[in-house]
Amino acid sequence: MKIHEYQAKEVLRKYGVPTPQGIPCFSVEEAEDAVRKLGGKVWVVKAQIHAGGRGKGGGVKVAKSPEEVKTWASKILGMQLVTHQTGPEGQKVRRLLIEEGADIQKELYVGIVVDRVTQKVCVMASSEGGMDIEEVAAKTPEKIHKVFIDPERGLTDAEADDIAAKIGIPAASIAKARAVLQGLARAFWDSDASLAEINPLILTGSGDVIALDAKMNFDDNALARHPEITAMRDLDEEDPFEIEASKHDLSYISLDGNIGCMVNGAGLAMATMDTIKLYGAEPANFLDVGGGATADKVTAAFKIMLSNKKVKAILVNIFGGIMKCDTIATGIVSAAREVKLGVPLVVRMKGTNEDIGRKILSDSGLPIITADNMAQAAERVVAAAKGAGR
Amino acid sequence: MSILIDKDTRVVTQGITGKTGQFHTRMCREYANGRNCFVAGVHPKKAGEDFEGIPIFATVKDAKAKTGATVSVIYVPPAGAAGAIWEAVEADLDLVICITEGIPVRDMIEVRDRMRKQKRRTVLVGPNCPGVITPDEIKIGIMPGHIHKKGRIGVVSRSGTLTYEAVGQLTEIGLGQSSAVGIGGDPVNGMKHIDVLKLFNDDPETDAVVMIGEIGGSDEETAALWAKDNMKKPVVGFIAGVTAPPGKRMGHAGAIISGGQGTAQEKLAVMESCGIKVTKNPAEMGKLLKSVL
Repeated sequence: MKIHEYQAKEVLRKYGVPTPQGIPCFSVEEAEDAVRKLGGKVWVVKAQIHAGGRGKGGGVKVAKSPEEVKTWASKILGMQLVTHQTGPEGQKVRRLLIEEGADIQKELYVGIVVDRVTQKVCVMASSEGGMDIEEVAAKTPEKIHKVFIDPERGLTDAEADDIAAKIGIPAASIAKARAVLQGLARAFWDSDASLAEINPLILTGSGDVIALDAKMNFDDNALARHPEITAMRDLDEEDPFEIEASKHDLSYISLDGNIGCMVNGAGLAMATMDTIKLYGAEPANFLDVGGGATADKVTAAFKIMLSNKKVKAILVNIFGGIMKCDTIATGIVSAAREVKLGVPLVVRMKGTNEDIGRKILSDSGLPIITADNMAQAAERVVAAAKGAGR
Repeated sequence: MSILIDKDTRVVTQGITGKTGQFHTRMCREYANGRNCFVAGVHPKKAGEDFEGIPIFATVKDAKAKTGATVSVIYVPPAGAAGAIWEAVEADLDLVICITEGIPVRDMIEVRDRMRKQKRRTVLVGPNCPGVITPDEIKIGIMPGHIHKKGRIGVVSRSGTLTYEAVGQLTEIGLGQSSAVGIGGDPVNGMKHIDVLKLFNDDPETDAVVMIGEIGGSDEETAALWAKDNMKKPVVGFIAGVTAPPGKRMGHAGAIISGGQGTAQEKLAVMESCGIKVTKNPAEMGKLLKSVL
């Protein structure tokens, strides 16, 4: 799960990480109020969407008067902000963060992720803040410093000081950097984060170390033990199809193609998408119905796939192991009837009771195209999509 | 021989009384020598009871002492699953196979850290995996037994149904399997591809291996680089997720392209450069394997 910058900063402040003073706003009036409450002479108007690259997309502006804040707030609120992470259609801005301006002397980077090889939490820091860190990693990997945290000890003083020195924090500010690094590491661990990033982390003229931006993602499997984090979920930022799917315990991801696909198992679902591409088309979605798909789940899955108007044909690929093919076939038939299927449907079923399953499909009188293997199924669904006018 | 498990393996089931545990214990017991293999269950409050004739003990340690079980399979719900893994490790079992899906990553980091620090010898497979099967001898996990056939091909994979797909293709063209190992789709887990390849390499009853991976992490690359210098048997591979977009978790918690790393193209390229024949068509995994024999 992702949260907004202002929410991540709230989390980090609880762990002693200093941030600029700021107020989240949902309207221009609130932005004007925020300026009065904050005082000062310079403010930053920041679009709050989950995607990165907001500054480049025009979603972060510096204002030198309350009037400018008002102007920028009215421009940014409601805009479709396009960044390299939103896709060409962009994301609508519904929230702003108004912050006091900061005296930036140096921009640094610090991020935390789980390292799969060492199976430890890894702190990455760099003197190259404010930039795309993936670019830094690709071009100048020597400028990224890493430390792997011992889960029992946490990030030690010595480790934090060492990494702070390596990214160019002056001696007088090392203690302040240590507090930030250790606070970030504790926040990551305590809240079951999957990513915590401060980019840029700044050194101010007076030697303070401050999180100018903040980003946190969380392990979905651990949300149950963090109601305070779960409460920060913003459904406006999520794909409506994916929200609907999650209500039915379906794992669904929207993609750009026109072939809907429903598969059991994540690996087989990805492989099915790949096969569709191999035969010259693009999948419209990733959809894993899971191991215990019921007729209700199958119906919900069909409804979600069909509500995507781009879908020109549907491919169902089921390897019935524990789940029997006749159960799935019954589900498909009732779903196809209920949703009044208007696009070609290709079904490939393999495994337990596949013969009974096929008979159920052919006896249904529905125009279902069957296939013997994945390749044939993909070939047929691609051909069907090309011939289908919807 | 086969790897990890055979007809003489004795298994304790953790989470035997839950719905999933009951269902799969029945299926496992009905497969091949299962009736003799599944000797114990564990439930802290139901010691002395039994599950359809399988005695239940309060702890894994008790179960091991009373029945001689050396392998555990875990169906315990996510919140308690890492604790269940640790209990099996503390009981000094040979092998723990954790089926449970949805364990928080932090819990896995802690239990793996403790296993390393205490230099525990217990081998972990999973979590979030289908399990391990040695056809016609023993099945530990949730895979459908009937699609397997005894033979000389090893299968290792991060996913469930995609493994069944590969096994199904092999069986269909008459190639049986020595063992099939699902190592699971989580970012922090036990055995990796490389560990399973090593076992297949040393197993006199395995002639060739199908290695199936997916996007995310670098385990397939590590295994391929090892295989290049050490593997004495042909390996063929497939990587799922050529079409997966970056930054999106494709079902499995571990199946995510992040920071430009872990793409299918990258993995396929490394595997090929290490002499592993790969296919981009998952419908041809079986055929590809046959071509290298």
